[in-house]
This record gives sequence, C-alpha cells and structure tokens, in this order.
Amino acid sequence: MHIDWTAFTPGPALAGGMMIGLAAVFFATVVGRVAGVSGIAGGLLRPRRGDLGWRVAFISGLIGAPLLYRLAGRRWPFEIDASGATLVVAGLLVGLGTRFGSGCTSGHGVCGLARRSPRSLVATLAFMAAGFATVLVVRHLLP
Amino acid sequence: MNARIGEKIASFAAGLLFGAGLLVSGMANPAKVVGFLDIFGAWDPSLALVMGGAVGVGLVGFAFASRRATSALGLPMYLSANQRIDRRLVLGAAVFGVGWGLAGFCPGPALVSLATGSPKAILFVGSMLAGMALFELWGARRRPG
Repeated sequence: MHIDWTAFTPGPALAGGMMIGLAAVFFATVVGRVAGVSGIAGGLLRPRRGDLGWRVAFISGLIGAPLLYRLAGRRWPFEIDASGATLVVAGLLVGLGTRFGSGCTSGHGVCGLARRSPRSLVATLAFMAAGFATVLVVRHLLP
Repeated sequence: MNARIGEKIASFAAGLLFGAGLLVSGMANPAKVVGFLDIFGAWDPSLALVMGGAVGVGLVGFAFASRRATSALGLPMYLSANQRIDRRLVLGAAVFGVGWGLAGFCPGPALVSLATGSPKAILFVGSMLAGMALFELWGARRRPG
C-alpha cells in the first residue's frame, strides 16, 4: 500500500462529509426518519398509501443537487471506468445486497454508525471488506 | 404548517443537502471511490474523511434526535431499533460491497449521477432498481420477524 497524495483531497472530503452528516441529522430531527438511500429508493417499489411523497421528495432532492450545483457554475469530476456489462452486474448486486442487508453506505455507514448501532457496524465492516477485496481482485489479481 | 406538506419539503431539502455533500466530498465520482477501495494500490484515503466528517456530525446530532418522542414536525420517529445481527445482514452487506467495488457506485451517488445524463449512470441505476425489485419478489417474503 502507498498513499496517492496527488489524489488526496482532505478539505472537500471533510466538508462534504459534514454536509452529509448534517443532512442526515436534519432529516431525523424534522422528518423522524433515517436517511438511508437504498431503503428510501427500495420503498418506492413497495408502494403504500401515505408513504410515497416523502420518498419521492428526498430522491428528487438527491437528483436535483447536481442541477443546482451546475447552475451555481460548479463542476465535479465524474469518471466511470467499469464497462457496461460490469455496471449491470454491479447494479444488480448493489440493489439486491443493500435490500437484503437493510442498508448501504448512508443508512449503515453514516446514520447507523452515528447512532452507535452494532448491527450497522457489522454491516459497514462487511461491505467495506468486500469492496476492498473486490478492487484487489479486479485491479491486481486478474490478468 | 400542515405536517404532511412539511414532511415533503423537509425531505426534499434533506435530499438536496445530502446530494450536495456527495458532490463536494468527491463521493459522486466513481473513479475516486474505487481509488479509496484500492488499498493495495495507489490509495486515495479521502473517503475515510468523508465518512469521518459525516459520522462525527451524526454522533452529536443523533444523540439529540434519538431522544425525541416525535419529530420537529410532530411526525412519529421511525429510527429503527433493530439490533439483529444475522447471516442475512452480513451476506447482504458483502454482496453490496462487491457491487460497490466493481462499479464505484453506491445508491446515493448513483442517483446523484443521473443528472449527468451519462448512459453508464442510467444503466447502473436501472440495474440497481432491478436488483431491488428482485428482492421485493423473493426476498421480502422471507423477511424475519
């Protein structure tokens, strides 16, 4: 392992992270819910009366954020290295895994850890370990 | 204000701030996410700080939010009290981690990326929703509890 200092962006990373934490705390305090993106999106596929509006609103905010960002004249680096076929497989795994595991980076990794949930700690360690292992295999072990 | 309208406005605002945080932090760039997961290569530790910043703010904020009987809008609190640690949790999270490592996308940044109009982002989100729909078909029926 060696650190890629040219890619390291500690300032924006910490500031953006704090914005994410603030959004999650605001959401919990005002709406009373966990800002877990996989759970919010997944719930759209199981529509129940009175349970759709806030989900659509949160996801509209997520999708609207970059539009606002661009209106403010800002750009962000965006690069996908994976092929189309890899993205299909990856998308299926992310969709299935987050629903079976009841959460993703936001629900378990941010909200769960912030709520000191041992369950979320276990889930976060599991998906981080799997992510590290997958990149190791794809980048360094496969020919 | 009507709590149901307030709920939608607050949810939109939360999504907007959350999405802005993802953009500012660099998490909305799959190549940077893979750079963070590449601990055996040229490692970019930035995303550890994203998580640190988010959890740091969250630890303080949730200490107060968790004590509330109702939300600030008077809505019921739906903060899960589930503490079950089982195979389903660990395997589900691990499967998610594999997909995350393959693409560099987790659900939040994937949805944010739709705004780029990138065909690859749309392909990923479509597949992710298909995976979630598969769960509704045969996973939800075997939900414990």
